Amino acid sequence: MSSPTSLFDKLWQRHLVVDETDDRPGVLYIDLHLIHEVTSPQAFSVLDMRGLSVRRPDLTLATLDHSVPTLPPGDDGALPYATPAAANQVRTLIDNCERHGIDLLDLGDPRRGIVHVIGPELGVTQPGKTIVCGDSHTSTHGAFGALAFGIGTTEVGHVLATQCVFQRKPRTMRIIMENRLAGGVTAKDMALHIIREIGADGGQGYAIEFAGPAVEALSMEGRMTLCNMSIEAGARFGMVAPDETTFDWLAGRAHAPKDAAWDAALDDWRTLKTDPGAPIDREMIIDAATIEPMVTYGVSPDAAAPVSGIIPQQDEAAHAYMKTQADQAIGTLKVDRVFVGSCTNSRLSDLREAAAILKDQKVKSNITMLVVPGSEAIRQAAEAEGLDRIFIDAGAQWRQPGCSMCIAMNGDKGEPGDLVVSTSNRNFIGRQGKDVRTVLASPATAAASAIAGHVADPRDFPAVTLP
Amino acid sequence: MFAPLKSIRSEMLVLAQENIDTDQIIPARFLTTTSREGLGKAAFYDWRYDDHGQPLADSPLRAEKADGRAILVAGANFGCGSSREHAPWALYDFGIRVVISSEIADIFSSNALKNGLLPLCVDEEAHRYLLANPGLQVQVDLETLTLTAGNHTLTFDVEPFARQCLLQGRDSLGVLLTHTDDITAYEAAQK
Ligand code: SF4
Repeated sequence: MSSPTSLFDKLWQRHLVVDETDDRPGVLYIDLHLIHEVTSPQAFSVLDMRGLSVRRPDLTLATLDHSVPTLPPGDDGALPYATPAAANQVRTLIDNCERHGIDLLDLGDPRRGIVHVIGPELGVTQPGKTIVCGDSHTSTHGAFGALAFGIGTTEVGHVLATQCVFQRKPRTMRIIMENRLAGGVTAKDMALHIIREIGADGGQGYAIEFAGPAVEALSMEGRMTLCNMSIEAGARFGMVAPDETTFDWLAGRAHAPKDAAWDAALDDWRTLKTDPGAPIDREMIIDAATIEPMVTYGVSPDAAAPVSGIIPQQDEAAHAYMKTQADQAIGTLKVDRVFVGSCTNSRLSDLREAAAILKDQKVKSNITMLVVPGSEAIRQAAEAEGLDRIFIDAGAQWRQPGCSMCIAMNGDKGEPGDLVVSTSNRNFIGRQGKDVRTVLASPATAAASAIAGHVADPRDFPAVTLP
Repeated sequence: MFAPLKSIRSEMLVLAQENIDTDQIIPARFLTTTSREGLGKAAFYDWRYDDHGQPLADSPLRAEKADGRAILVAGANFGCGSSREHAPWALYDFGIRVVISSEIADIFSSNALKNGLLPLCVDEEAHRYLLANPGLQVQVDLETLTLTAGNHTLTFDVEPFARQCLLQGRDSLGVLLTHTDDITAYEAAQK
């Protein structure tokens, strides 16, 4: 029998083409390469310059999400791109995919969506796979027990050309979430709580495995939200061991294995867990039952606190930017915009969570609220359930899928000085527009704040049961 | 491609804030480019220019380029945030060849090393010393792995393979391609 091994080490070992030495990082094989318009053009240019082709177009999947407008085409039939450069970037990816025979979820494709939403949705994200993308939130796919991490554009080129990357093995960390989340507390709150506990750099150099009863009790959507924000704690990898919840979620998806292949996959996937006694470099235990709905109040994702609490002391520059003071109640923060969307919280369950609070309520008249589904499939499912009507009737805007205000490069952004309650993942200075102040929150907290006009505790707002 | 980096001596550009994220280094609205050239003008754009594109009088980053200062000393957790390689591209084009901090984010480091930009982590004492003495000339030598500032010299580590690539001014793709047979064999073994 082999010695006890962590989930991370099992997957790492399986994918090593060449072992690492003192002089060289290991060569790691990649099972799935997701690409999008922003971080791929320069990688294709390198291929062209060197006369190389894409080694495995069949293991590469492209989508359009960052630069695409979330407003429908205008009267002239043209999409309202923020700039000609954005339109050009989209065209460039379309061209590159055509030239290299890569499947592209193009505009109008019913499969299109945010890169970290569509992978799981189509079932190309699977337990045990190595998955990379030129995007730091690739850790999202780790929710399925995949080894998923963000890479830079040079590495995107490497993977296109060789289906491999040079990597040194990171250290491993396991965060065990004891007990259960309290009612009205979500995976987003758990993520913000963990980031506050370990710090924005606490996961630096580590691959994090989230485990324990509170993680096992999460839905796949919740696990994705949690793994998504590993990078906000500095860790490139976040993962959860696959279990029945994972298998149920994947069964029947377009690219999931079928019939005998499915049974064989299950036999293998059930072995993908950390063995008792496996070496882990750092372990932490957190009591999930004590977690409250959380929001950020500063300009780094670890500046998080319970929404019902006060803003603690932080550095002067952060206070000045956020226009806050120490000891100010978080509930006094007036809201200008609300954004429900992003690869963190744009899935159907997130939209339901917001809609359950917004049903038959009104978004405060001075607030602009955008609800942006993570994919076409989610948009259609939400519309079939009437969620779009709930949002529109409440006074929110229902948009086409994309990254939108998460990164604010498609024209969806706040105005200088605006305070945005956002279900996305980064509250950096200027992230959602110049001088825009971001408060990260769960979809429920975002919806409650939209009604209240100030940052609000969702537990004070009854969630109706949706039909 | 980038110029080899062997040894460099320069005044420091000091940005002492902690958690300088990649949205500060290059705001997302500059990411719609399909080229990697000429991004120096976007480096720290919102720290250098006002809403009308006029240079900010009180910016520590007045000049078009880094003013001949090729060594950036920054607060802890530099480069956190997104995986955009535009961040090291912009810094390199802005004239920076070395970033020194007590802690530098993983993906940023990995990207920097592939683009002629050396991310260099020093201990907190050395970090404090550099931040406190912004006028010093600093010498960073990648061949001897030493950093000299004032009367102080310390040694540092760089991942050996990345160091070779930096010293030679080359990308690692060529080396990766030499493993093509291994990769083919791996694929065959997976059936
Ligand atoms: S939604 Fe935001 S974090 Fe997610 S991929 Fe898009 S820009 Fe990145």
